[in-house]
Amino acid sequence: MERLLRIDRRIIFIFVAIAVTLPLLIRFNLPVTATKDVKSIYNKINSLPEGSHVLISFDYDPASKEELQPMAVALLHHCFKNNIKVIGMTLNPGGSGLADSAITEAGKEYSRKYKEDYVFLGYKTGTELVMINMGENIFSAFPKDFYGNATVDLPVLKGVQSLQDMDYVIDLASGSSIEAWIAFGKEKYNFDFGGGCTAVIGPDMYPFLQSKQLTGLMSGLKGAAEYEILINRKSTAVAGMSPQSVVHVLVALFVIFGNVLYFMTGRKK
Amino acid sequence: MNNKTDVSVTTWILVAFSIVNIYFLATGKLGFDAKGFGIITAVALTLAMYSFLYKDNPVFKIAENLFVGVAMGYWIIITWFNILKPDVFETLIVPLFKDTGSAPQYAVIIPTLLGIFMLLRFSNRLSWLSRWSFAFVVGLGAGITIPNFIHAFILKQLSFNPLITASIPESINNFLILLGVVSVLIYFFFSMEHKGIIGGVSKIGVWFLMIAFGASFGFTVMARMSLLIGRIQFLLRDWLGLIQ
Repeated sequence: MERLLRIDRRIIFIFVAIAVTLPLLIRFNLPVTATKDVKSIYNKINSLPEGSHVLISFDYDPASKEELQPMAVALLHHCFKNNIKVIGMTLNPGGSGLADSAITEAGKEYSRKYKEDYVFLGYKTGTELVMINMGENIFSAFPKDFYGNATVDLPVLKGVQSLQDMDYVIDLASGSSIEAWIAFGKEKYNFDFGGGCTAVIGPDMYPFLQSKQLTGLMSGLKGAAEYEILINRKSTAVAGMSPQSVVHVLVALFVIFGNVLYFMTGRKK
Repeated sequence: MNNKTDVSVTTWILVAFSIVNIYFLATGKLGFDAKGFGIITAVALTLAMYSFLYKDNPVFKIAENLFVGVAMGYWIIITWFNILKPDVFETLIVPLFKDTGSAPQYAVIIPTLLGIFMLLRFSNRLSWLSRWSFAFVVGLGAGITIPNFIHAFILKQLSFNPLITASIPESINNFLILLGVVSVLIYFFFSMEHKGIIGGVSKIGVWFLMIAFGASFGFTVMARMSLLIGRIQFLLRDWLGLIQ
């Protein structure tokens, strides 16, 4: 019994590696159903007329790519499919490359044109100050886009002067940017706001759903998978759900196993 | 295992990794181009990082230091091209020496100087100047943050949904939220001894806290596993070509 409590942690790592790898190799699909919070974002985008403006803030870096990039790609596909104009930006210096590639690749798939159907404004430092600046005048916050084009001349931004003119704003966050967007954006300038975040910060976001400061929330890879199901475009997030489920069962078994051993040995002393 | 064994294990792994990649390049499974070599580099770094799970080793250290260096270099480039060049160099410095058709924006001097003052922390003689910058940042930050945070995170959260609604699950949910908030607040109220009713309610608060910690732990496991799944998907799909 004591030996089991001192089990080499590398054995657990091997179990986890197998639990992740096997479901990817032996394909089996577990049902993924969209939750109310993810559906809210989907329904909001669906309700927007063609030519509406959606601002997506890609506030994450490669460390959170596995969770948030599938979310971003799914959102972009939905927007481009519905002929919605996408305005991308990032408040994370490591986010520009990921955001640019996601927008460009999704745009190409639907033959959307840069400057006319979508634009990437790039990175701007200052987080809260950028939001306040955008709330007053978007062209003052971003005089030039990621490629150095003057934003005032861009057809995609026609009809947009500030955050209030956005039909929907979505923040994909690996940090505390959703809170910042709520405090300095949504509450100050009053626009519809949805969020996507890593699973780690997911539980902290639920109070904002309750208070309706967030219209919807995608949390972690599961949130991305739900969105992929809703837009009927299964990709990496849905593929990741089988290993996710298997490894969760494994972790739960390990927790039970550890507790049983603890009660059988530790409690006796 | 001793050092000699470690070196020989590492050498054999590197040899095996090289042979596999040469085979992939020779058979065309990986392109002999930037993308192909990019995948090999990413695979090498991924395996190097995960080698830490076995034990700390020089390959992991190399990858770790490389990451820090590349991240810093990338961050400097982004800062130059997104902040310093457009906001300082092109608006203030260039128009001073060249006719660009627009006048130099002298207002930029103030934030630039405050930024430079922050770096003077490294100077014993001039470090006092950095206090001006910090005073500005703290004052501005507090001024902007406090009213917005009070409005968005306290007043808005205080507005509560009606306890009894047409939907029974929603009513139960609202009741649980009210009970959770009150009981947890009472648990952290230390001016009264936790006995009797106060003790009972604070115990309910402990249960709510435990459930919240459990939910946080579950979500954290999900996040970490998502990262692992992403990396293994990359290895199996982009490198080994075993999955689509």
